[in-house]
Amino acid sequence: MTGITEPRGMTKASLRGISWLVYVFFYAPILVLIIFSFSDNRNVGVWGGFTTSWYADFAQDSKLTGALSNSLQIAVVATLISVVLGTMAALALERFSFRGKQVFDALLYLPVIIPDVTMAVMLLLFFTQAAKWFGFSKGFSTIALSHIAFCISFVSIVVRARLAGMDDKLEEAAMDLYASRWQAFRYVTLPLIMPGILGGALLAMTLSLDDVVITQFVTGAGWSTLPVYVFSLIRKGVTPLINAVSVVMLVASMVLVALSLLTQRLRGDDPA
Amino acid sequence: MVGSGRQLGGSRLVTAATEALTDPALEAAVATPEFELANIRQRKRRGLLIALPAYIYLLIFFAVPLITVIIYSFATRNRFGGADLNNWNIDSYRELGDDLIRTILLRSAGLAILTTIICLLISYPFAYYMATRSEKVRNLMLVFVMIPFWTNFLVRNYAWYVILGTDGPFSQFTEFIGFGPTRVLFTQVAVVLGLVYGFLPFMILPLYASIERIDGRLIEASRDLYANGWQAFRNVLWPLSLPGVVAGSILVFIPSLGAYVTPHILGGTKGTLLGSYIVTQFLTARNLPFGAAMSTVLMIIMLAATILYFRKGGRTL
Repeated sequence: MTGITEPRGMTKASLRGISWLVYVFFYAPILVLIIFSFSDNRNVGVWGGFTTSWYADFAQDSKLTGALSNSLQIAVVATLISVVLGTMAALALERFSFRGKQVFDALLYLPVIIPDVTMAVMLLLFFTQAAKWFGFSKGFSTIALSHIAFCISFVSIVVRARLAGMDDKLEEAAMDLYASRWQAFRYVTLPLIMPGILGGALLAMTLSLDDVVITQFVTGAGWSTLPVYVFSLIRKGVTPLINAVSVVMLVASMVLVALSLLTQRLRGDDPA
Repeated sequence: MVGSGRQLGGSRLVTAATEALTDPALEAAVATPEFELANIRQRKRRGLLIALPAYIYLLIFFAVPLITVIIYSFATRNRFGGADLNNWNIDSYRELGDDLIRTILLRSAGLAILTTIICLLISYPFAYYMATRSEKVRNLMLVFVMIPFWTNFLVRNYAWYVILGTDGPFSQFTEFIGFGPTRVLFTQVAVVLGLVYGFLPFMILPLYASIERIDGRLIEASRDLYANGWQAFRNVLWPLSLPGVVAGSILVFIPSLGAYVTPHILGGTKGTLLGSYIVTQFLTARNLPFGAAMSTVLMIIMLAATILYFRKGGRTL
């Protein structure tokens, strides 16, 4: 099959122009935000000379650093659990057929496409009801449980993509050479899908660190993650401090995403 | 261990040799259906076992909550801002016919459609251009679309707050070129801009995936048969890229319809949208059954769109 041939002349020039504009559209606002986080002016969008004081303020604000620490703890827990569950789900779907497979597949796909607000509402009602019955308080546990619920899906999608591109004859070959089922998995399949697992883990971490809507719904009194806290600050009125916090979240998020994309493209360790 | 392995290996070899020698009819008799079935059954059990932890997790923390919402939508609001689960009715769904709700639904649908169309208009030439590049350039272009795709949504919306605010960079720019200061922030324009900015990659990625698969010779053939550029696009490229158009449109439309963060940051107090309205029902107005009914409607729209998407043979993302 041949790909689409390149258009010529004016068409090509205008297409190229549009493409560059799209990238400007994507990245210029990010750049503007970064620039203004260094601006020495109370108004968030007006330049007033260079300063790093907003970042210093962030480091000294115990509420912000506390929320950051909450975010990190939740992200670590949510990532670890969702990676294990998501990888197992991917293996089961890609390598086996079993009863209820289609239902499972659909169930795994839904959290990806459902709007944030809907999922947030679902979990809010669920946890409120469950808290009434079992008597626990909302906070760390409910947030972590909710994050795992949507991270599993994303991890399994990334790992499945990796598994689909892998020849399952390799595993068969290992077993022909008297590797046990576990050995074949541990020494052949696992190293090959490792980039997918790592990529999925980084993605899960990004999603957990970035989530606002669902977290805001399932959190308890006095418990907040960084994005939720920042979101509440924006609604109260902005200060350049928010610019600085935003830039920190943005950079963290972009680095994690870039790493995730990079690891997914790796070849994977040679089984040895 | 090694010894036993070799022994085992030896006996296996013998079996294989014998098997090769026996005639096919006899071999069929050896591989009894019972044995095969047991093997398949065992594999199935193993598959289910591996899927089970995630399966159970999603049943508890996704399927049950989903059903909870549907149950609540038929409940009655009580005086304490909770829901009375003993009194079933469809009042919450009747309330959806209210003029206020209809206005909100239509306004949200309108903005979501507008966002989808703008995304399509921007993405199509971009995705097409990307498909014509060499593989190396293409992958690089893809990565730089994926990065904003996954990057913190709240912060990306907040960036527009900074740009569009009073005396912000955009206002200074319009003043500089002689239009005077502008105030776009807290208007519907700002909301659409934020939504387009947020969801553009959702359109680009499936569009690119479907355009990239098109056989370029078909377009060349149409040109050889004297189709002009527009005709080649209208009669060849567009119909072939339709699965991507449908997929992208659904992926932009659904989150735009349920958007909450964007209107909250960039929109004004006037012109409430569906997502924010649902949130209000839960966090402020405390009308849980009504909020649940609206969420259910949003979910049904989403499911209908998803089924449409799979019907059209979409498979990206």
